[in-house]
Amino acid sequence: MSYYDPKDLRKFGRITEWSESLGEKFFDYYNSVFKDGALTPREKSLIALAVAHTEMCPYCIDAYTKDGLERGITKEEMMEAVHVGAAIKSGATLVHGVMMMNKVNKLDS
Amino acid sequence: MSQTKVLQSLHKRQSPLAQTERQLKILEDGIFANGDAPKFGHKIQQSLGGPLKTVNLDILQVNLGYMCNQVCAHCHVDAGPDRKEIMTKETMEHCLKVMESSAVKTLDLTGGAPEMNPNFRWFVTQAKARGVNEIIVRSNLTIIVANKKYHDLPEFFAQQQVHVVSSMPHWTKEKTDRQRGSGVFEDSIKALKMLNDVGYGMPGSSLTLDLVYNPSGAFLPGDQEALCQDFKERLDQSFGIKFNGLFALTNLPISRFLDYLIASDNYEDYMWALVESFNPAAAQAVMCLNTLSVSWEGYLFDCDFNQMLQMPINDSRQHIAQYQDDLMQGRLIKISQHCYGCTAGAGSSCQGAVT
Repeated sequence: MSYYDPKDLRKFGRITEWSESLGEKFFDYYNSVFKDGALTPREKSLIALAVAHTEMCPYCIDAYTKDGLERGITKEEMMEAVHVGAAIKSGATLVHGVMMMNKVNKLDS
Repeated sequence: MSQTKVLQSLHKRQSPLAQTERQLKILEDGIFANGDAPKFGHKIQQSLGGPLKTVNLDILQVNLGYMCNQVCAHCHVDAGPDRKEIMTKETMEHCLKVMESSAVKTLDLTGGAPEMNPNFRWFVTQAKARGVNEIIVRSNLTIIVANKKYHDLPEFFAQQQVHVVSSMPHWTKEKTDRQRGSGVFEDSIKALKMLNDVGYGMPGSSLTLDLVYNPSGAFLPGDQEALCQDFKERLDQSFGIKFNGLFALTNLPISRFLDYLIASDNYEDYMWALVESFNPAAAQAVMCLNTLSVSWEGYLFDCDFNQMLQMPINDSRQHIAQYQDDLMQGRLIKISQHCYGCTAGAGSSCQGAVT
C-alpha cells in the first residue's frame, strides 16, 4: 500500500473542515491565482505542471495533467514544461558547484 | 492510458454494452448504488426545487440513421458502416408536418452521417420550403470527400443556407485520428477547405460553419471560448481554415464512450468528475427543456442520448406521427445518471456550453 491514495485528491477541500477560515483563505487565493490575468490560464496551467514535477507532488501531477488535457494542451507542450522544471532543478544543483569550487580554491590553492 | 481500438460498432461486435439495459444498469450501480454520490434526480430536486420538465419546442432534432462512413471511438450513437438503420421518407413527412403545425425554430439533422440517407437532400429542401428558421446539419466532414456523389455537398448546403456543424476533436492529426479513425484529420481539413471555398465560416459571409469539440479521452472539456481561440489560431496558421464558433461538448458516459471508460479503467473517476462539476446554472439551461429528439423510426425522446439508451418520452404518444404541441408543455423529462454529463462545468448541449 502506498502512502498516496489518488482518491484523496477529491478530499482536498475537506482541509477547510478543521480550520475553516485558513482553509477558505487558501482556496480563495488559489482560485484567484489561476484566473485570467497578465498570464493566460493556459500558461498558468503549464507552469503549475512544471512545478508539480519539481515538487514531485503526485496529486498536483494528476490534477495538472488533466487540466492541461482539458485545455487542449498537447503532450509535447506538457513534456517541454516538465523539462523547464527539470532544467531549473538540475541548474539549481549545479550552480552550487560554484560553492564547492570556491571552498576548494580557499582551502587547497 | 490505453485507447480502445474501434473498428466495428458495439452492435456488430455483439458487445454486452450494445444492450441499453446493460448500460443503464452500469449507470445506476457503482458510486450511485452505494450512496457515495447523489443521484441526478436528487441533485436536480435540490438545485431546482423540482424535477426537470419541458418548456416548449424550439429544436426538432432528427436522427436520419445510424449509417456512417466513420467508426469513432467515442460515438454515443454506436454508428458505423455496419449500421443499416435509416429513416424512411414517410417518417420524414411526419417530421415536416410537425414543422408546419408547431412553432419549431430549428431543424437539427444528425446521424450517423445524415448525408448518407438517400432522402437527405429532399428532406432539407422540403424543410427549407416549410420556412423553418434554421436547418443544422451535423456533418462528420469526411463524408464530403468520401465519394464523388458527396463532393457537391458544400454547394448544396450553401444553396439551402444550411448551418453546418462539424466535429473536430483537436487541431492535431494525432489526437483527431486516434478518436475518429486513421486519415480523418486530413480528410476533415480537405472538407473544411471546400466549405470555406463556398463561403462557409468566411468573414462577412452569412454561411455559418461551427465546429464541435469533444475531449479525446476521459476528461471534461475546458473553457469553450479559450478552446475556440486556440482552434482558430492553429487551424488558420497551419491550413488557412476559417470557422465561426466552437461548441465544447462533454462526452456522456453511454455507448462506445462508456465502453472506452470501462476498458481504460476510467469509469468511476469520470463519473466522480461529472458529479463534482455539477453546475446548478447549467441545470437550468439543459437542452431537453426545448428539444425533441426523433429516432430513425420516428420515436420521440428527450434528447439524442436518451434515444440511444432507448428511454422514450414520458407520454403515451411516443411517435412523431402522434405529435401535439402539449407534448412539450410541462412533460416530465426521463433521467438517469448519464444526465450529469449535461450539467457539468459550463454545461453541455448540442450547441455547446449552456452558461
